Amino acid sequence: MTETISTPKPRPARGPRLPFSVALEPRLRIPKWLPWATSLGSVALALLLTALILLYVGGNPLTSFRAIYLAAFGNLGVFSDTLVKATPLILTGLACLLPFRMRLWNIGAEGQFYLGAWGATLIVETLFGKDASPWLFIPLMALSGFGFGALWGFIPGLLKARLNVNEIITTLMLNYIALFFVAYWVFGPWSERGFQMTPTFPRAAWLPRLADYATVFKPFSGLTVHLGFVFAVLACAAVWYLLTHTRFGYEIRLIGDNPNAAQYAGVRIALMTIMVMMLAGGLAGLGGMSEVTGVVHRLQDRISPGYGFTAIIVAWLAKLNPWAVIPVAILFGGLIIGSREIQPSGIARMLQGILLFTLISSEVLNRYRIKFERAK
Amino acid sequence: MSEPTNVIAMKQIVKRFPGVLANDHVDFDLRRGEIHALLGENGAGKSTLTNILAGLYRADEGQIFINGQRADIGSPRDAIAYGIGMIYQHFMLVPSQTVTENIILGLDEPRFFLNLPQAEKRVAELSKQFGLHVDPRAHVWQLSVGEQQRVEILKMLYRGANILILDEPTAVLTPLEARELFATLRSMIAQGRSIIFISHHLDEILEIADRVTVMQKGRVTAAGVSPKGMTKNDLARLMVGREIVFALEKKKMDAGAVALKIERARALNDRGLPALRDLSLEVRAHEILGVAGVAGNGQRELSQVITGLRPLVSGRIHLGAYDLTNKAPGEIHELGVGHVPEDRLGTGLASGLSVMHNLILRRYKQAPIAQGIAINWHTARKVSENLVTTFEIATPGVDTRVGALSGGNTQKVILAREISTRPDLLVAVHPTRGLDVGATEAVQKLLLQQREAGAAVLLISEDLDEILAISDRIAVIYDGQIVGEMRTDEADIEKIGLLMAGAN
Repeated sequence: MTETISTPKPRPARGPRLPFSVALEPRLRIPKWLPWATSLGSVALALLLTALILLYVGGNPLTSFRAIYLAAFGNLGVFSDTLVKATPLILTGLACLLPFRMRLWNIGAEGQFYLGAWGATLIVETLFGKDASPWLFIPLMALSGFGFGALWGFIPGLLKARLNVNEIITTLMLNYIALFFVAYWVFGPWSERGFQMTPTFPRAAWLPRLADYATVFKPFSGLTVHLGFVFAVLACAAVWYLLTHTRFGYEIRLIGDNPNAAQYAGVRIALMTIMVMMLAGGLAGLGGMSEVTGVVHRLQDRISPGYGFTAIIVAWLAKLNPWAVIPVAILFGGLIIGSREIQPSGIARMLQGILLFTLISSEVLNRYRIKFERAK
Repeated sequence: MSEPTNVIAMKQIVKRFPGVLANDHVDFDLRRGEIHALLGENGAGKSTLTNILAGLYRADEGQIFINGQRADIGSPRDAIAYGIGMIYQHFMLVPSQTVTENIILGLDEPRFFLNLPQAEKRVAELSKQFGLHVDPRAHVWQLSVGEQQRVEILKMLYRGANILILDEPTAVLTPLEARELFATLRSMIAQGRSIIFISHHLDEILEIADRVTVMQKGRVTAAGVSPKGMTKNDLARLMVGREIVFALEKKKMDAGAVALKIERARALNDRGLPALRDLSLEVRAHEILGVAGVAGNGQRELSQVITGLRPLVSGRIHLGAYDLTNKAPGEIHELGVGHVPEDRLGTGLASGLSVMHNLILRRYKQAPIAQGIAINWHTARKVSENLVTTFEIATPGVDTRVGALSGGNTQKVILAREISTRPDLLVAVHPTRGLDVGATEAVQKLLLQQREAGAAVLLISEDLDEILAISDRIAVIYDGQIVGEMRTDEADIEKIGLLMAGAN
């Protein structure tokens, strides 16, 4: 053989010479407090970055943050509005979180939300007269909303389980079908005098709000937060219990970690796929029901400003922890409310975007140890 | 200064991990043109030491000299610039790309335009030069595991590596592929390359290494000694600090009634080709049947049809009075079949979940762990803690992620789970592959205990020594059929070898 072996020479260091070098090392153990610390740190960093941008364009970050804060959390009244916005985000957030835990990518919470809203309206439009009791209306509307949302989850679930059709595509496409389906009903059969909305629901079909009890307890006056928020919190509790304390939840986590091991353990993955997608659709559907019966009080075109899509971010930022969905959704709800109060309204959206970046980047800190060393 | 013949000299290397001193003032050197084996149990610090060389970790203390000069290896990129290339056990290849594309992936040159034909030519030259036979234009998904390993080696050679580190390279290979690898390694040292060879396999080290360094619990117990004139027992003693008895104590035992009965089983492999062709066999209670054979002759499919992970095209499988034919995996387990799968982390465990979650995998549907639809985690924890103690699983606790445990301990988690439900039949596939001597002995003892307790054990292994050591009968599988059966005490190794090779 003729090849000569050359002595390898170390290359000169790349880039500017720093007095120290930085190395990433995988962590063997992740302390429990660390993910929380990095999450808080990244919120702080996002605020700082937004502040720098505001300074750069000549704004006063402190005034802007104060305005957003006051508009969203400044007093009980606006905080109640924030909770109203958080409600659909919590429910659709859970609709993403649950399938994400078994690595099933439900991008269809938006459509499932619409179907839920439609299902709730169906009860008002067809079943009862205007004078029926709320005790009849509300449970039936919730059931119907959940059921039609679940139907919208069942379709991609079945396709995935039976034919292995990619659920990302089907759930995404079904969003548009749902949107136009609702549009058809509000423009056509259910339209009120040709407007793209149904007539206002009878009072009995409205979810009770705190303001409704102002006559009994004065401080409630003007508070818009409604029963749907209670549904949302209960749903978080239910999803948490399901995931951590039941066989069903154990199977979800097993499939999420290793589908082969799940199959080996005798888990029926196809059935689980369908059931989890239905449950997720149902939760999003409940979100739609709560929105039409608690806030809008009628079905109309474009009832969601994209809750089902924001929900994907909410689920991730909550690190797929059902309880964490609540504060994250409230934060996002607050940003939606806050963005109405300041000019330009995009600042709140920018903050959202930066937050997403910093939170996702902070994952590195959870997984790796950073070592600084003196340069040699 | 260090002598010029040393291409690598590592001096007083210290590396700490939280709670562990992985390398405790380790000295190691590699001469030009030698194969230097690193031997040690799992967790002895071999991988840490080589990962420091490969730029994955930084040493907390100590110095590295390459060709007599002080070196600072801060990243895998630096390592390859120094000519050090590491070949890991788990390959890092893109299945949809060709061999050549994988090899040039991530290189600085060419910057923008690919000159694939030129790269292919270079790959072909290298592959010829070192006897690493692989088609430069084949797609990686088409290649066998052995061929994929060659691609990994070529990748390093292409980058100009003249110091290669191989981390347990034979663990994934068939005996034949291992032979070919050894030939390649010899041709590399003949051409002036130097090789660090990490292994648990004492036979391999005796066969291929010029020198061996043995590590135990982060420290070096033998530095660069020649294995010539050493026996397996000598090496084993250096590795574990005690004499390992290779002959396991095996009680005499009469086989009982037929437990597993397979009749004319036919099944297809993943590519839809026949893998089992009318295979029939029987295993009795109190008996270990060892299935010997070269990899890829239907062993994997055999274990899968019994445990319900692969459908049977025709034929029948019975366990005692129960018909197992094409039943679901969960049901088959409930009828009394335990399964130690070939692919520990890929099939047998959910590596991201805790030891407890994995230990209850077979029991979460039954009381007392299941209570209606709920899981009683209090009971689950107690059951798991018991299993950890009984089976001596070395883990900080039952909440530790299984993926963080060593190979031997992950295998113990599977065995603890599969054995503790008292199966009538235990199907164990390569149960000791990749394990160190101590863990291997522990696993084999557990299999023998099952036999004594009255279970039928089907042991599928490529390690003939293991089969000879613990099985009562041996069946040789070739091309999806059992081509010969014999009692172990009457076994003739030469005959088994011939049957494995397909000669009649």
